[in-house]
Amino acid sequence: MTLMNLPDIHDSGIDHTHATAHLDALTDEAITIIREVATECENPVLLFSGGKDSAVLLHLAVLAFAPARLPFPVMHVDTGHNFDEVIEYRDRLVKDWNVRLVVASVQESIDRGRVVEDLGPRASRNRLQSVTLLDAIAEHGFDAAFGGGRRDEDKARAKERILSFRDRQGRWDPRQQRPEPWALLNSRIRKGEHLRAFPLSNWTELDIWRYIERHDVPLPSIYFSHTRTVVERDGMLLAVGGPVELEPGEAAFEAVVRYRTVGDASCTGAVESEAVDVYDVLAEVAAARITERGATRADDTFSESAMEDRKREGYF
Amino acid sequence: MTTPHLETPLISNTSTTLRIATAGSVDDGKSTLIGRLLHDTKTVFEDQLQAVVKASRRYGDGETNLALLTDGLRAEREQGITIDVAHRYFATPRRSFIVADTPGHAQYTRNMVTGASTSDIAIVLVDARHGVLEQTRRHALISSMLDVQAIVLAVNKMDLVDWNAARFAEIAAEVDAFVGSLPAPVPVTAIPISALLGDNVVDRSDHTPWYEGPSLLDFLEEFETRPHTEVGARLHVQRVIRPQGGEHGDFRGQAGVVSGGWFRVGDPVTVLPSGRMSTVDTIHRWGSPVDEAGPGHAVVVQLATDIDVARGDVLTVAGATPPVVGDDVVVDLCWMIDRPLSIGSRWWFKHGTRTGQAVVTEVQHHLHATTLNQERVDELGLNDLGRVRLQLSESIVADAYHVLPESGRMILIDPADNTTAAAAMVHLVHSGS
Repeated sequence: MTLMNLPDIHDSGIDHTHATAHLDALTDEAITIIREVATECENPVLLFSGGKDSAVLLHLAVLAFAPARLPFPVMHVDTGHNFDEVIEYRDRLVKDWNVRLVVASVQESIDRGRVVEDLGPRASRNRLQSVTLLDAIAEHGFDAAFGGGRRDEDKARAKERILSFRDRQGRWDPRQQRPEPWALLNSRIRKGEHLRAFPLSNWTELDIWRYIERHDVPLPSIYFSHTRTVVERDGMLLAVGGPVELEPGEAAFEAVVRYRTVGDASCTGAVESEAVDVYDVLAEVAAARITERGATRADDTFSESAMEDRKREGYF
Repeated sequence: MTTPHLETPLISNTSTTLRIATAGSVDDGKSTLIGRLLHDTKTVFEDQLQAVVKASRRYGDGETNLALLTDGLRAEREQGITIDVAHRYFATPRRSFIVADTPGHAQYTRNMVTGASTSDIAIVLVDARHGVLEQTRRHALISSMLDVQAIVLAVNKMDLVDWNAARFAEIAAEVDAFVGSLPAPVPVTAIPISALLGDNVVDRSDHTPWYEGPSLLDFLEEFETRPHTEVGARLHVQRVIRPQGGEHGDFRGQAGVVSGGWFRVGDPVTVLPSGRMSTVDTIHRWGSPVDEAGPGHAVVVQLATDIDVARGDVLTVAGATPPVVGDDVVVDLCWMIDRPLSIGSRWWFKHGTRTGQAVVTEVQHHLHATTLNQERVDELGLNDLGRVRLQLSESIVADAYHVLPESGRMILIDPADNTTAAAAMVHLVHSGS
């Protein structure tokens, strides 16, 4: 698929209801940020998980440089605990969109002794990703990493700059962030430091789905309703098989579910849902009373400042 | 030159997203007000509210502390203050809002500037018991320097002064007088509220029968933002888009954001600072061809002739007010780092998509934040406001900030550690120096 063949959304004329005008402005803002960071930095990379936010981010990045090719690679930090559908989707997308893919493997970090895996029954590799990510950034000499993080996801993310500084150890210091007046991004860093860029900072979950609907962005099938064998644990539905094993007293059962977020399979929960297409999902998200992370991420409900703690260590 | 695009229909200015920043002194209730606004517009999710209820207990707050909805850092929750700006989002059936909840401490003024710089409206809070404080004035002044379109004076904690109308009127008059005396006055709307109890935040309160104005949310939903200034289109070139071979091998376009007016296919264009001329051949927005592009649109413009254009250059369409080209500029700024700005000091600057070195040639005055006295000084320190003359290593294509903010704003960067040192607003450009 080349971009010049994307459906021409301008043919239909933009309907300036406030929701559409808002999505227009967010789209222009994100594209502008992507262009600015990619131009000021020497060796950027886009972090791609296969989730909806990174799919939207990649779609915007491809649009930002059309009809030229995306001028930087995308990187998947692979925990090894994947949903098969997501890996198939990733490989198909980078081929269709003519994008260069780099894979950084948590398994390799474990094999090389960079991290020690917790092997308990509820072990998750989520936190280990930070080390793999920082090692890959150093190894490839990336000076900026685009991420799909959104301020509305979490209270620590709400404090994040659009262009966020990381020191030589990859750490975020939320008490000493650079001021960021207007859209004048300051991308100056010294060697060994890097930047995280968040073009979707001002988007909400609903904005993401509106964009997916409007631009027909392809997603992994697990975002839509399907039948799956799950176990209920800590109020979440985890897929059985793969990294999640039944503990004594637990029972697996079949449920009609979809995923609201896509992350490490060991700690990403499904939600019961009959939403089979993007329109159903939009209606569901608009009516949701629980945040996406609250509903689906075991790692974030671990403690009050779980996200802030992970971010300080270099997490996405 | 053709008169640009008067026939372009303006979209209704209440249907645009409204960007709001809180301002005012510490403990005047900024975070509580935003928490209340989010809560009462049903924007808070159940798990977020449960987490806040739990955290309120942990930090020993008597009741559910809605400020914890935006005070998301551990250090903020432990100290009960806001350190850095939090951005929150909500929408009503009538409008979408982006809210920046900013810190009140003088120490964190840089973070307040970050939040207020992109806002249409500043909500300046005052504790009805304590009245107007130094930070109230400082934040009102900074908001006016940043050219917010309106200030809402939220006189908070009215429940603690028994809903006293005279007290409200007294504070409103004091702020009115102060804002009226600013170099750039801003319209002020005063609303008596209790952020803690919700009075006059979303719904009109029964406690203030003497107040006939709107609730805060009513005001925000109905506020008509200023239409985009039509001075003639500008595009600060971010990057040249040049596919390598393939079916688009001849494509060569200038990527950037439009400000100040509209570009249309066929328009004559002048590239500044070189002065070379061409016409608009094609415009692409989001990868698709369009006939025209206006303020805020992220586009790629192809010119009809192959002339030299690079990052930092500006494409312009003639209009009411041409931009000024020069390397000798006078700016109003807010200084945001410990190291002082002194005469002869050197910094990096970024204006539009142009970067280079800036040398301070003159500190014209320090603007005292509360007395508004302009004092001749040799240097500016942390959180100082003042007017400074800079000699730049490269010419910029600029407008005065009050004419076109997108083309009149600049940051200074400390070369020692690359931190952002100043938010600067172009006052004037000495051309042809």
